Amino acid sequence: MDWIEYRLPIMRVANQHAIQYPAPRNMNFWYMFGFLATIVLVNQIVTGIWLTMSYNPTAEGAFASVEYIMRDVDYGWILRYMHSTGASAFFIVVYLHMFRGMIYGSYQKPRELLWLFGMFIYLALMAEAFMGYVLPWGQMSYWGAQVIVSLFSAIPVIGPDLVIWIQGDYVISGATLNRFFALHVIALPLVIVILVFLHIVALHEVGSNNPDGTDVKRKKGSLSEEEKTKFKIHEYYTNKYDIVDDIVPFFPHIVLKDLVGFAFFLLAFCYVMFFNPEMGGYFLEHPNFEIANPLKTPPHIFPVWYFTPFYAILKAVPDKLGGVIAMFAAIIALALLPWIDRGKVKSWRYRCGLHKWNLLVFAAVFVFLGYLGGTPQENWKITASQIATIMYFGFFGLLFIYSKNEKCKPVPARITE
Amino acid sequence: MRKLLVLLSLLMPVSVFAAGGNAHLDKADYDLTDKASLQNGAKLFMNYCLGCHQMQYQRYQRTFADLDIPVDLGSEYLMFTQEKPGEHITNAMPAESAAKWFGAPPPDLTLVARVRGADWIYTYLRSFYKDDSRPFGVNNLVFPEVGMPHALQELQGIPTKATEEHMVDGEMVERHVGLKSDGTGVMSTEEYDAAVLDLVNYMVYTGEPSRLQSESIGRYVMLFLLVLLVLVYLLKKEYWRDVH
Repeated sequence: MDWIEYRLPIMRVANQHAIQYPAPRNMNFWYMFGFLATIVLVNQIVTGIWLTMSYNPTAEGAFASVEYIMRDVDYGWILRYMHSTGASAFFIVVYLHMFRGMIYGSYQKPRELLWLFGMFIYLALMAEAFMGYVLPWGQMSYWGAQVIVSLFSAIPVIGPDLVIWIQGDYVISGATLNRFFALHVIALPLVIVILVFLHIVALHEVGSNNPDGTDVKRKKGSLSEEEKTKFKIHEYYTNKYDIVDDIVPFFPHIVLKDLVGFAFFLLAFCYVMFFNPEMGGYFLEHPNFEIANPLKTPPHIFPVWYFTPFYAILKAVPDKLGGVIAMFAAIIALALLPWIDRGKVKSWRYRCGLHKWNLLVFAAVFVFLGYLGGTPQENWKITASQIATIMYFGFFGLLFIYSKNEKCKPVPARITE
Repeated sequence: MRKLLVLLSLLMPVSVFAAGGNAHLDKADYDLTDKASLQNGAKLFMNYCLGCHQMQYQRYQRTFADLDIPVDLGSEYLMFTQEKPGEHITNAMPAESAAKWFGAPPPDLTLVARVRGADWIYTYLRSFYKDDSRPFGVNNLVFPEVGMPHALQELQGIPTKATEEHMVDGEMVERHVGLKSDGTGVMSTEEYDAAVLDLVNYMVYTGEPSRLQSESIGRYVMLFLLVLLVLVYLLKKEYWRDVH
């Protein structure tokens, strides 16, 4: 062991980043979604590798090869449902993970870069999910790709040529499918894994936030022995700071806590996977069980549920280019949260009542937008999605205004629970 | 665990099938564990549907195995072509001529139950009615102007649209109230409904042959996870006892 450790710092890294990593002891259930997202990422990669072994990335063979996996490959249906359920599960845990960051102010100083890396992961994940959804080559794969790729044609001057460049053809075709396959199985997973690595390194550098938003690290030499934690913490942290007696080591304490959440998560995941893999047409859309037909437009084209809030924003703006800009602005606004929020207090526990309401309304508006973007178009929905879009951006506007001189409650010096 | 499943299924969104207009759909109360029903459905499919519709992703052999049909019996009574049991359920109809004959090539039916839903097929196959303006002399309430003839006509006979006249705002309006068979079919209405249900059951099976296996494995997985949850929770409690 020493022989290896001398040449490769396995134990040092394990100690620094897991066994002796200080984590606030009041992390509640909101703090398990990052762990779960990592697990789902591993699930997607592993099942993806096995699916790739039997999948055929051509317009002629893709649909049939998916059914081959479902019928002829031993337990291929388990692999496929793990992967398809995993895609939706990924977005569920990521959305909850992001909302956790919002309510406890985890994006604020000094975690701005951490938040930005998270937003990049989210963007890469959306591209990954979109291209993955094209691969089964069903009706929704094809027409969904048609809608999304054609968005780029709204870009002035280069738009139409850009669309052809992306498609590799004048229409969505086997060439498009083939390159999306390459991006889906190699390029984007690599990008995501690297970004996740950076996300975790950045997190461990600044330390985990907690529901109180109280810092558990103090200036070196400012704490008496009594106030310091009794747990063995890696010298990487103790050399720089005094650590308050409000922390637990990541392993085993936080890992065990996360495992309880993981067991709950698996119960829900496996229920969907084994008993309800289509999830009423939300995880696997019904029209996607019909092979892609370029001559037959489905009556309604929806993206999968995790894109529908942004799809609703896109449709809310009457102008195509305006819609595209609004859609991207909706994501950029989230990324700029560390600078839009000018408040000094992190957690919503100690911020003004308006902030709590603002966050809850924002979450409700996001879900409502998802409903509007994922159900057939009706007249009232156009107005509704316009109002909801304004409310979506209103969250950021309001936050920018009231956070400047916000009346907050005093933040406790030590963790309260 | 059953309670948990019921609770979970209450939280699930109700499935919404967009395809096929807004006609009222009857509930198809199919049962994937009923092998006799599945076998009868397979028989009906091979006899009445396979002439035009393929199940090109499903193999004969797999079907026989899942439906408890011995391969020799299956090959003798359910296979009408020279194919081997290991092959897919296909027919020799060229897609181009089919498109010419019917206006559109008859769709593959392997996954039709997952595209349309069992209720839709169940209602559709019981909703043909006499309409001399159509090329095949029949129309359909669920799928108006459909290019398909009434393939099960010898079983059901030809139904006609029954209408009633109603007084609405001082005017007589004809309102459709249902379908009535002319009685030329070999089956009674109840027999026909049961036969269609068997056929639907078979199509639900081919849509997802792993369904039965998945549910039986799933029960053990859920049970295991419940035990795991308890153990992990106790372990976590033990480790956290001294922290607060």
